[in-house]
Amino acid sequence: MSDHPTPPDHADPDSGERRILTPGTPNPRREFLRSAALFTATAGALGGGLELLTRRPGGPGSAEAQGAAFTRPARPLGPYDTSEAVTPYAQATSYNNFYEFGLDKSDPARMAASLKTRPWTVRIDGEVRKPMTVDIDTLQGWFPLEDRVYRMRCVEGWSMVMPWLGFPLAALIRRMEPTSKAKYVQFTALLDPKQFPGQRQPVLKWPYVEGLRLDEALHPLAFMAVGLDGRVLPGQNGAPLRLAVPWKYGFKSIKSVVRITLTEKQPQTTWALAAPQEYSFYANVNPAVPHPRWSQATERRIGELGRRKTLPFNGYAEQVADLYRGMDLRRSF
Amino acid sequence: MGGLIPAAVLIADALSGQLGANPIQRATLQTGLLTLALLVLSLACTPLRLLTGWTWPARIRKALGLLAFGYGVLHFVIYLLDHSFDLTLMTEDVLKRPFITAGFTALLLLVPLALTSTPHAVKRLGFQRWTRLHQLAYVAVSLGALHYYWGVKKDHTPPLISAAVIATLFLIRFLKRRPTRPGTRAAKV
Repeated sequence: MSDHPTPPDHADPDSGERRILTPGTPNPRREFLRSAALFTATAGALGGGLELLTRRPGGPGSAEAQGAAFTRPARPLGPYDTSEAVTPYAQATSYNNFYEFGLDKSDPARMAASLKTRPWTVRIDGEVRKPMTVDIDTLQGWFPLEDRVYRMRCVEGWSMVMPWLGFPLAALIRRMEPTSKAKYVQFTALLDPKQFPGQRQPVLKWPYVEGLRLDEALHPLAFMAVGLDGRVLPGQNGAPLRLAVPWKYGFKSIKSVVRITLTEKQPQTTWALAAPQEYSFYANVNPAVPHPRWSQATERRIGELGRRKTLPFNGYAEQVADLYRGMDLRRSF
Repeated sequence: MGGLIPAAVLIADALSGQLGANPIQRATLQTGLLTLALLVLSLACTPLRLLTGWTWPARIRKALGLLAFGYGVLHFVIYLLDHSFDLTLMTEDVLKRPFITAGFTALLLLVPLALTSTPHAVKRLGFQRWTRLHQLAYVAVSLGALHYYWGVKKDHTPPLISAAVIATLFLIRFLKRRPTRPGTRAAKV
């Protein structure tokens, strides 16, 4: 059956079982080791490569964040406070949308050190009797600072409970003495790509601009925050001065404000310019109006795994629904 | 095997709280990216072989495709988990939102591919028909890139990069296939 020559007589008795190792013939064991090494290397390279390509740092972990318990200021709840559990400070300061610092949620906390919040001035102008440029410390010294525990609902479908420290926007506006032409309030954030690395990319039209109708701005819920959890506001949360309008999606609450202008015309706001079919001027939290790409009916409270129902006006309907009487909030969403 | 490393890291991250304040969202994003990356890699095998003459890409192609499917299923399961396994909500999402429709369709298209990934299936279907069927991967990857593009709120650079890579791979296939040996075109996918 075989034409192979018989092994030479002088061969080792059990060499019949072994193959004679010449450079040409493969050694099964060496071959196995070689393919195992190749396999490990390929697997490692593939896994490592995919990891590099797709994994993003998540910021401080939830476990760690839960450890840092928040101590609520010992004070009675005011008429505008929510009694819901406050979002742990570590999470509220590590999961932020602040595209001036970068697009990832963890970018703001990582980059916030580049923001210099002192000295800082705020320009107040437009339809006011007393246009002025005022230092932030002078400005916040005008008003007694209050604590406000507000819900915050992001248009992306997550929410937090934020313990702000600041003063009502209405107090500031009254001090500016609006003229009879004033119908809207326009807010402008700092434009400085040196401090805001995200502004080096034309992701949005910089500077970030937001606005409110004058009656919205005068509502007692509309709040200017200079602190969070009794501490000075961190850069990633919009230091040194930010807006908090809790019945609207989070992007309305502009951060790092440098200018407040009273206007006759409705301001052109950043997100409404960027994607008018998705984000509008009013941006009232409304579970009945879905975002074109996802439902707004539910939201995830940061720190929880499940979802909860989103409330009209983010739960502030009783206070603010009157502002919109007669408006079709499906069209002016 | 290496393709399982990201899953292991993801689980480790989840257990150690490294996924940040919104772990479900991050897990969704990561598994979605992994699905698309693996799908693109599996589709890069043939162009790579055509360009270089190497045979190893063809040998790992199936593994890459199956891994992509695995991560796609995981991505979908996490999406369902995010919606408390509420199938009414899911159906509404799939029917009403093009973004979800594209992703869901891409995953559905991968199901027959995964089911017929055995040599036995190739024999039973016949090579030509099997090849035809597996060309669905082209549709699936395109829908996947579209799903990624629509899912992003503002920065469209990464989805556009993925679309550019996919387009390049299609182009290489097209250029390499047509002029050389037109007779064996169908077999050279």
